Amino acid sequence: MREKKTRNQIAPAIIFLLPGFTLLIVFFLGPLLYSFRISFFDWNFAHPDRSVYVGLQNYITQFKSQIFQRAVSNTVIYTVITVVVKMVLGFFVAVILNQKLSGRTGFRVAYYLPVITSWVIVSLLFTYMFSGMGGLVNYFLKDVLHVIDKNIMWLADSTLALVPVVLVDIWKGVGWAAVIFLAGLQSIPVELLEAAEVDGANRWQRLTGVMLPMMRGTLVFLLVVLVLGGLNAYVPFQLITRGNPMDQTHSILTLMYRATFSRMNFGSGAAISYLLTIFVFVLSVVQLKLLRKPAGE
Amino acid sequence: MKRSQLIYKIISYSILLLGLGIVAIPIWYMVSTAFKPQTMVFELPPQLWPNPSTFDNFIKAVTTDHFGLYFWNSVKVTLTATLLTVLISSMLAYAFARLNFPGKEALFYILLLGMMVPPVMLIIPQFIVSHKLDLYNNLWGLILVYVTMNIAMQTFLLRGVFEDVPRDLEEAAMIDGGSPFTIFTKIVLPLSGPGLAVVVINSFLYSWEEYTWANVNIGDSVNRTLPIGLALFQSEHLTEWGQVFAASLIALIPVVIIFILFQRYFVQGVSTTGIKG
Repeated sequence: MREKKTRNQIAPAIIFLLPGFTLLIVFFLGPLLYSFRISFFDWNFAHPDRSVYVGLQNYITQFKSQIFQRAVSNTVIYTVITVVVKMVLGFFVAVILNQKLSGRTGFRVAYYLPVITSWVIVSLLFTYMFSGMGGLVNYFLKDVLHVIDKNIMWLADSTLALVPVVLVDIWKGVGWAAVIFLAGLQSIPVELLEAAEVDGANRWQRLTGVMLPMMRGTLVFLLVVLVLGGLNAYVPFQLITRGNPMDQTHSILTLMYRATFSRMNFGSGAAISYLLTIFVFVLSVVQLKLLRKPAGE
Repeated sequence: MKRSQLIYKIISYSILLLGLGIVAIPIWYMVSTAFKPQTMVFELPPQLWPNPSTFDNFIKAVTTDHFGLYFWNSVKVTLTATLLTVLISSMLAYAFARLNFPGKEALFYILLLGMMVPPVMLIIPQFIVSHKLDLYNNLWGLILVYVTMNIAMQTFLLRGVFEDVPRDLEEAAMIDGGSPFTIFTKIVLPLSGPGLAVVVINSFLYSWEEYTWANVNIGDSVNRTLPIGLALFQSEHLTEWGQVFAASLIALIPVVIIFILFQRYFVQGVSTTGIKG
């Protein structure tokens, strides 16, 4: 009976799997391997057969390039700041929204609005707010708070230009982190928290002693996904800083885009994307290992 | 109510309202700017609501630079990609949730790989593939890549949903001679409404907002989608922020409609992905 069932299901399985895997092979697996190959060539886009094999040259060039190093440090700084801030703020928002407060659905919807607003739009919006002349941010800092005495040209300075990029990501992302945390919080059995309360644990102790350990899965998920997203940052860099000034404000991916499509150097672009992927992969594995339940638990 | 609880409540509301302010100020600034005449775009201090306010920006945004065309392209791409994503990923998910076939595990790992590889790293080879298949400058080039980039995650999500469909219903149908296709279309799909809604939302938002690939694959202005149109609009009309945000607000209308219609699935969708991921 069981054997018959298995045999009968091969034909339907093929039909169910075929459309999806055709797409995956053509637009995902194929490209994944093809890109690896390209990264070892001085690739000729118009005549691929005239591409010259250069070994690891595309990779070595990147490591030696100041612009690449700067792009890596920009991306890492951006990722570390945004991930930490989004997780901390998201967690506290979730804890607050998890209580019985009137109007909490309204708050939840409001906090989610930036999440559903597209990257292109929020990037343009922050470019406008951080305008050197007449921008809202300078107005607040100079005329309302009086912490600066002349307008800051945010986008003309290679360090300050990262401020709007980091802030837009935080502004857009806290709501998402909060919703994920909220789901995690709601899966904690109420009895557990009540038991802790009966035992005399105060709010802070319940938070660190019960809630956080119970949400390990949620924490790991968020950390991995947010780090992945941060390292892959593209649109805010591309639309807010555009790499200016002097190519000092690229993210890894805007640099890849520039190498590939502005300079038509496909080999370098592919090498950059592979370096990023290897980095992302190693980092994800390390995070999962580090955060796995400690032995004996 | 105890005093400490009251204080805690007051602190909670204060933090929530502060957060609300931080969320609201940029959004308010965008909306009010869309109603400002050009002369007031950089006027400080900013007025709570522009006086005089104008609807001109919306009219200009819609009537210049093929805006209508971009909007229509985005509609076509988004609807087709969403439909295909729902169809293809639910088929995959059904096979992984319910059918027995050799190599099931290996194929599932390939799918998981699809969730881990950052989409942007594929752009160069996808660009080459797209040229080879004559999909460059073609909306199908966008649709097929969007579906591909979405199916891994959505299949993963739907597999979990389908596994929760009670098996006895299916077994009853099977005894009555129902094929996997009948079971899939008559039992599993109708019982998975909320799960499918989540897939619709995810895929709709992704396709409606996608910028990176569209920017690479579309060269011809008549085939641009909205995100490309908006970004270009800003670089071509550098300081005409009123028009830029009027156009942005129009681009947000479908998203807001989807958000309102599916509000409860939004949170659910995020959390299902969250827990199962």
